[in-house]
Amino acid sequence: MNAIMGHMRGTVRRGPDGADVPPALVLAGISKTFGDFAALSDVDFDLRPGEIHALLGENGAGKSTLMNIVAGIYTPDSGRVAIKGQPVAIRGPSDAQQLGVGMVHQHYKLVKPFTALENILLAHPGGSFRAARSRLEALTKDALDRIGFDVDLNRTVETLSISEQQRVEILKVLVAGATIVILDEPTAVLTDDEAVRLFKAIRSLAMEGHSIVLVTHKLSEALNYADRITVMRGGKVVRTVLPTEVTEAELTELIVGSAISERSHRAGKAGKPVLKLRAVERSDSRGGKLRNLTFDVRAGEIYGIAGVGGNGQNALVEVITGLSRVDAGNMWLDAHGDVTNQPSDRMRRSGIACIPSDRHSDAIAGELRIADNYAISGVIEGRYGSVARVDRRGIAADTQDAIRRFEVMGVRGPYQKAGLLSGGNAQKLVIAREFSGKPSLIIAHSPSRGLDVRASAAVHEHLRAARDRGAGVILISEDLDEVLVLADRIGVMNRGTIVAEFEAPADRQMIGRAMVGHG
Amino acid sequence: MDFVVNWLANVPGFAVPFALAALGLIICEKAGVLNLGAEGYMLVGAMAGAGVMLSLDVHPLAALAVSALAAGLLSLLFALLVIALRVNQVISGLVIVFFAQGLTALIATSQGWTNRAFSGLQDLNFGVLSSLPGVGRIVFQQDLMVYLTIVIFAVVVHVLRATHVGMRLRAVGENPEAADAAGVPVGWYRTGAVVVGCMLIGLAGGYLSVAVSKIWVDGMSGGRGWIAIALVIFARWQPWPALAGAVLFGCIEALIPRMAAIGLQLPQYFVLMLPYVVTLAVMVWTSLSANRRSGQPAALGQPFVREERR
Repeated sequence: MNAIMGHMRGTVRRGPDGADVPPALVLAGISKTFGDFAALSDVDFDLRPGEIHALLGENGAGKSTLMNIVAGIYTPDSGRVAIKGQPVAIRGPSDAQQLGVGMVHQHYKLVKPFTALENILLAHPGGSFRAARSRLEALTKDALDRIGFDVDLNRTVETLSISEQQRVEILKVLVAGATIVILDEPTAVLTDDEAVRLFKAIRSLAMEGHSIVLVTHKLSEALNYADRITVMRGGKVVRTVLPTEVTEAELTELIVGSAISERSHRAGKAGKPVLKLRAVERSDSRGGKLRNLTFDVRAGEIYGIAGVGGNGQNALVEVITGLSRVDAGNMWLDAHGDVTNQPSDRMRRSGIACIPSDRHSDAIAGELRIADNYAISGVIEGRYGSVARVDRRGIAADTQDAIRRFEVMGVRGPYQKAGLLSGGNAQKLVIAREFSGKPSLIIAHSPSRGLDVRASAAVHEHLRAARDRGAGVILISEDLDEVLVLADRIGVMNRGTIVAEFEAPADRQMIGRAMVGHG
Repeated sequence: MDFVVNWLANVPGFAVPFALAALGLIICEKAGVLNLGAEGYMLVGAMAGAGVMLSLDVHPLAALAVSALAAGLLSLLFALLVIALRVNQVISGLVIVFFAQGLTALIATSQGWTNRAFSGLQDLNFGVLSSLPGVGRIVFQQDLMVYLTIVIFAVVVHVLRATHVGMRLRAVGENPEAADAAGVPVGWYRTGAVVVGCMLIGLAGGYLSVAVSKIWVDGMSGGRGWIAIALVIFARWQPWPALAGAVLFGCIEALIPRMAAIGLQLPQYFVLMLPYVVTLAVMVWTSLSANRRSGQPAALGQPFVREERR
């Protein structure tokens, strides 16, 4: 208690009548680990009444985790939370709601066939159905007018646009009486115009005395719309600054950190292009949008694609592996010519291998044996017998060999369930399989995500080895350090296209600026 | 004319079991629980009703209440399987059917209830109204359950559409995560929907033995539970269209004995097949019309697991 009061003293400010106004929210010494991974370590944060406070950082910096603690989704391992000067324990979302905390998540929790009003009603019953309905309708209309929103409350959510659905989520939070409103990457799905309108509404909320936390990875948003900015990196708070006292360059450096020189990379001898993409377009769908995407990958090089997640990386993987079609543009593979919109099995036979980002759902069938997982592509290519007979002995022998060469640990035998492998070893198994066909192009999406240092080093070594034997490697990663260590050339992906290309050794700050730049 | 009056006067009696069973299924499925066990609950309801009529001296409505309770009891087992233990809903539903087939035959045989006629639920008499030509027989000479069925439909429609409970129930079937986030106890709502829905299905079964055949015969539901499942799809999970569908199927069923009575030679199995032909056609049509929602609750058949809170 004393510690909390002591912590708060520094941020207490005078209200208009001269009385002390405690901060809306104070977090002190918050730590949270998931397994071995320290998502947050000793984080302090404070939110003043009526301010818009941007929480800025790259994906995985811990911003959402921190705010999920305030919203009652996660409980912290240690640390203290105080709301309006009172120490509180938030045990679940309903506790948070009662304390006046409302969070608008990135994925909306709306019942699609229900109208906007019914969705609001669902969260706020009380009294007879009809009375509650008209009471909430009045409340919601009032909130709509105050913040200048425009939503037809009687339309079903599935007919509303994404930005309108977001407004419904915000209304839900306001109607619940939230005074602390947390918005998690609110503009990720909005157009620029919609974003501007959202920020106008957020500002009028703040004027009314609501305290707003804006979780974002976009520099420009923080600089243009926030009253204060707290930058997080690697689960820690780097600094809290005023937008007027920092330049964009300084902020970029705070976000991505200063360059730490790691192992120098060995640039391979790049040959002629193995893959060429020309003006590829794909309209929005699950994996995101691609627009006017043009780049080459040469034989014997690692082409790193840096960028904040959700800027079209998934779409790029789907297009190159043939899992989804492009709307316009062309794709050429060396020795195969134009391969635009070829189905995935053709792309695979043309020498493309893929290491997907979600290895457990997209790369491995956990219920099947390690040998089956390893041999599946070989079986399809006919390396293990015909349709009528599968050479089980050959598979077992090759699997044993692969386990040894790729150092897949924790394996009792080739007939063990693949789902029992740990993340790093599962990834090694995926790599072993993908490399078994001697691919000419490898696309690796966040190949070391969630792996410990040793395992990621091994993964990196395998990618380098593939490059050195002349394959083209595309390395997509949100981890800038990984890209800098591995890549021979770096393209920065932002909003579905490559906005800048750099030759290694590249300047970290320039890449960072291109990653978070607006447009 | 006589043919038509005879025919239509028999329709409600055939339609009620379809209607009540379909309504019970709609309640379950609106909450997101796929219930393929309808045939089983009907059998349990039918046997329980007949058993009460044969062994106790009570009003047939009391027997029908026992039908509903018996099916509700069995549904607790189903709810335990699919909601608490999250066993596959399709398999659990099928298991319930086969379990109920064996169980009802076993109990009825050991108690000596099989093939014993009793005086069941009688038609009401509205005096003058009932003796009106034509209309009197069709509308005013039915048993109480026929009229009650309409009341039950009105009540269920109101609850689903215009109460907190109904809205929460639908939310649980459409998006349990959103409902959970809104503070709705998903598991309890699903359990309640299963029990209430299965009680209605049991009532439908009880009506078959207590009001229609007035006798218990093994396996007497004769596939009506399956037709009710198809009816729900046909009606796009809406109660009133389900009632209309039940009347339509009742018309077809009532036609069979009438046609035999006047010596019309239509292959019997063709007529028995008709409901399924209609169902197939409707299902093909709903899946082809891409821009129209089938009405199927989005989370139908999906167990709900709250994301691990760490």
